[in-house]
Amino acid sequence: MPMNKETGRKMSLIVRILDSDIWYSFTRSKVTMIAALITFLIFASALFAPIISPHNPFDLASLSLMDSLLPPAWSAEGDPNYLLGTDDQGRDVLSTILYGSRISLAVGLVSVAFAAVLGITLGLIAGYMGGRVDAIIMRIADVQLSFPAILIALLIAGTVNALADGMDRERSAFTVLIISIGLSFWVQYARTVRSSTLVERNKEYVQAARLIGLHPFLIMLRHVLPNVMGPVLVIATINLALAVITEATLSFLGVGIPGTQPSLGTMIRTGNDFLFSGEWWITLFPGAMLAILVLAVNLLGDWLRDALNPKLR
Amino acid sequence: MLAFIIKRFVQSLVVMLVVGLIAFVMFRFVGDPVDQMVGLETSIEDRERLREVLGLNARLPMQYWNFISSAAQGDFGTSYQFKRPVADMLGDRLPATLELALVSAIFALCAGIPMGVFTALYKDSVLTKLFQAVSLVGISLPTFLIGILLIYVFSVQLQWLPSFGRGEVVDIAGWSTGLLTSSGLKALILPAITLGLFQMTLIMRLVRSEMMEILRSDFIKFARARGLTPRAVHFGHALKNTMIPVITITGLQLGSIIAFAIITETVFQWPGIGLMFLQAVQDVDVPIMAAYLLMIAFLFVFINLIVDILYVVVDPRIHIEKA
Repeated sequence: MPMNKETGRKMSLIVRILDSDIWYSFTRSKVTMIAALITFLIFASALFAPIISPHNPFDLASLSLMDSLLPPAWSAEGDPNYLLGTDDQGRDVLSTILYGSRISLAVGLVSVAFAAVLGITLGLIAGYMGGRVDAIIMRIADVQLSFPAILIALLIAGTVNALADGMDRERSAFTVLIISIGLSFWVQYARTVRSSTLVERNKEYVQAARLIGLHPFLIMLRHVLPNVMGPVLVIATINLALAVITEATLSFLGVGIPGTQPSLGTMIRTGNDFLFSGEWWITLFPGAMLAILVLAVNLLGDWLRDALNPKLR
Repeated sequence: MLAFIIKRFVQSLVVMLVVGLIAFVMFRFVGDPVDQMVGLETSIEDRERLREVLGLNARLPMQYWNFISSAAQGDFGTSYQFKRPVADMLGDRLPATLELALVSAIFALCAGIPMGVFTALYKDSVLTKLFQAVSLVGISLPTFLIGILLIYVFSVQLQWLPSFGRGEVVDIAGWSTGLLTSSGLKALILPAITLGLFQMTLIMRLVRSEMMEILRSDFIKFARARGLTPRAVHFGHALKNTMIPVITITGLQLGSIIAFAIITETVFQWPGIGLMFLQAVQDVDVPIMAAYLLMIAFLFVFINLIVDILYVVVDPRIHIEKA
């Protein structure tokens, strides 16, 4: 059967994936498959939140205080219009959760990307250059590692928020969070990349590249980097769960995303005030969403770590 | 050996000076200290006098030195919000945080070690599966969510335990303790569990993996061959040998417990230094923020220094790099 080159290449890629050890270990573990499915569903619903959510919680015109604090649809006073009830401003809890997980995931993904880029760059430089540069970078990393990441993120976010005025805060919240979470997570990447770089740097292909006169920057980027990416992927997955938790915690403590465009953590913070008067759904549904998301991503990360580690096979 | 200790000590000192610089920059440049201390009606001359008294006209390196040396003597300036010396405020609040941290560390040890031993000995028991599920939840759930769930179940639904505050406290030689009254003890239960749960899962996993490793070793086989009872083998020989890493990790975690107390104290409105710090962040009360930063940094640096030195003293196998 005649096949053009493009589809042929695509077919062979699919065959390679289906043939690989990673795919095999994936199909062998039911827990991982369920975790992957849940992660996929949460990502998809966050991505398509504007389309699939029943209400737009940010459209002030559609909110009515008459509908505030309604319990979930299945209880006696519930309204079938609002499946998981409404919050104090009459926002549909289900829709706010969908939009909220969108913000939580966005902050998580971007801050993990920021931490990874920063950590990989510093790790490559430290490992490849060695000497004094290496010593300085790694000493900073050592010191930072002795403090818990969440504390560092809290201190940075708190200080920056203290600097910014009330008006700025709403617009800058997203950036401040990403920078503070990113700065508190880079160490792990730097250490991992550095130790793999130390091994790679003495291999023959790097020496060959150096011999033909390539710029060190190009060697690091084109030749060393692709060979140290495996462990980085594992760290990034586990870090995503941690970053989502950190974002939620900072927002809960009041130094994260403000209440006008709530993330999951902000929703839990607002709902917490209503827990005692019996309106449990405002807190517990976003809380459950957060817990499920973190658990699923953690399980995926655990599996990926085992699957990519040849020693455990 | 002495050279190693001196080198580590100097490193710690450098870290503290850098943290001190961060705190100083925060104090000096986040808002004008003078504006924060006086009202709008204060005259320019009065402001200038205050500026002179505070030493804000000196050269910056000199100001930094003054800041560091007074902080080292326990003088962190005056709170903008409360007009009280920050050192006094920290002193008032410290007992609450230390009691909470101590009780939750004890809880983590008392629950984590038996759970770890059990899961290592009975790998296929239903209880083991349950413990492992609990530990997965303990690692996946954020601290504040655990606190909220506990409040919802035990305070709102069952109404067994209070959800905020410390209860009644008794003053003993300037140390206010909640450990001697029944309401104080009741108020301590939920926050201590919230704060200790993560450490508990950590200790459980650690004890489990160490136990499983040691149970495979030769001296355990020999102890069994000598005909010792399983109880003597498991607790007298195996558990005893897992204790060194457990104690080290618990020591290192003490700093994290105090840092994570910020979250627990906020959820339970526990009047400790963590809650004070968070309120200071919201009110931009820079002297309190700077003092908290310095205190936490000192705690971490101190614990790490002690652990590093103890390692070398206790374990002769650790080779000291000659740099």
